[in-house]
Amino acid sequence: MRLATLTSSAPAAREENLTEKISIVHLDFFYGDTRALKAITVPLYSGKVTAFIGPSGCGKSTLLRVLNRMYDLYPNQRAVGEVRLDGEDVLSPAQDLNLLRARVGMVFQRPTPFPMSIYENIAFGIRLYKQLSKSELDDRVKDSLERAALWEEVKNKLDASGLSLSGGQQQRLCIARTVAVQPEVILFDEPCSALDPISTAKIEELIDDLKSEYTIAIVTHNMQQAARVSDFTAFMYLGELVEFGDTTRLFTNPSNRQTQDYITGRFG
Amino acid sequence: MTDHTTKAFDADLQEISRLVAEMGGMAEKQVAESVDALAKRDVTLAQDVSAGDKSIDNLQREIEEKGILTIARRQPMAVDLREVVGALRIANDLERVGDLAKNIAKRVIALNGEFPPPKLIRGVEHMADMVLGQLKQVLDAYARRDIGKAITVWRDDEQIDAVCTSIFRELLTYMMEDPRNITFCIHLMFCAKNIERMGDHATNIAETVHYIIEGRTITEQRPKGDTTAIGLRSAL
Repeated sequence: MRLATLTSSAPAAREENLTEKISIVHLDFFYGDTRALKAITVPLYSGKVTAFIGPSGCGKSTLLRVLNRMYDLYPNQRAVGEVRLDGEDVLSPAQDLNLLRARVGMVFQRPTPFPMSIYENIAFGIRLYKQLSKSELDDRVKDSLERAALWEEVKNKLDASGLSLSGGQQQRLCIARTVAVQPEVILFDEPCSALDPISTAKIEELIDDLKSEYTIAIVTHNMQQAARVSDFTAFMYLGELVEFGDTTRLFTNPSNRQTQDYITGRFG
Repeated sequence: MTDHTTKAFDADLQEISRLVAEMGGMAEKQVAESVDALAKRDVTLAQDVSAGDKSIDNLQREIEEKGILTIARRQPMAVDLREVVGALRIANDLERVGDLAKNIAKRVIALNGEFPPPKLIRGVEHMADMVLGQLKQVLDAYARRDIGKAITVWRDDEQIDAVCTSIFRELLTYMMEDPRNITFCIHLMFCAKNIERMGDHATNIAETVHYIIEGRTITEQRPKGDTTAIGLRSAL
């Protein structure tokens, strides 16, 4: 039984040429017998930022973790439905998970640098997929750190431990590490929750720069952040997708009453 | 609508609404008294109206401060944001209405014993009654968030515009008949124009009320009956 009627103002490929990088169709997710996601159908458009908002426990992080099959690491968790990356079924048992996780990168809430040098943090992932000469590897490391807006701050201490950086820098290191393997999609799960306002602003600026080359999905508790960084927003509640649409419209004039109650602080 | 989790947010929004209603009441009173002063040739009343405009200006400032503080503190979204922005816009329109009433009062003082014929004054009074009706309706529409009432006000402005055009034609004939009539006719023309502008502000408020409720502007073309700007040649 659906608790909420899905209200969608999903744009057809009208004003701009919107293509679906990831298509999620009728996705259910189970933790054991508990159905945590209910018939989710939502597109992630290429080159756009899609934000997922909703109260705690609504399934936003669960949804994100389906996209790169992170749930496969745990027993008793399964996804049923369709998730297509460029038309390929991500949920198929034949899917190469390592390749998938290289194409679909993830940045978590708490920065998770490896206990290695800054250089090695980036190089480690690249080496798993490519045989590169030292100078090529150096270039890739530099490129990744530049894309993550971290290069200037660490260029003279690439041998220093990744753990010696500040929280905001560590998070940007994680982003550099993610882009180093040249993904197509980047998933951000509350990337700024543990960061101060200045680091948050830097990450938001970074997301704005990255979206021209990647497809981005971001889960956030910060409504204003979602309004600032995303092109499309999906509001979820109790495992269901309640409303999906253009961010500007959803935050100024949402179609669904529940969405309005949530974003204006009238929920609960 | 359910209350905000933070009760103080509701209190902030209600206070802003209350201030706008208070300002609306003051503006209505100023308009009524300025036209009354004109009809009764009451210079004292006119001076009171002129002095009273300051309170309206103060209220506008207060609404602006409260609105800006609410935006900074609460970062309102959707309907809440439209409420605050709407209140700021309505306060602006009401402040202009107050200024226009003060302008009429100043002209009463300037007329200084010159008495226009009652017939002409009645035309202006009639127009003022219509505008007062519009103001009352639109402020009611705001208080009750009644979109139907707002749209009615928006459409009815055409009638006020038409009355203004006919007053202009009449004043023109008076001025052509006798040059000694020109001074008071000019004053009356300005008074009529001011009242017509008040009507326009009422429709602005109606548009804002529509925006607050619907989240979009009225898309129709507003029917206009004021042809005074197009040319008075047709009156000759």
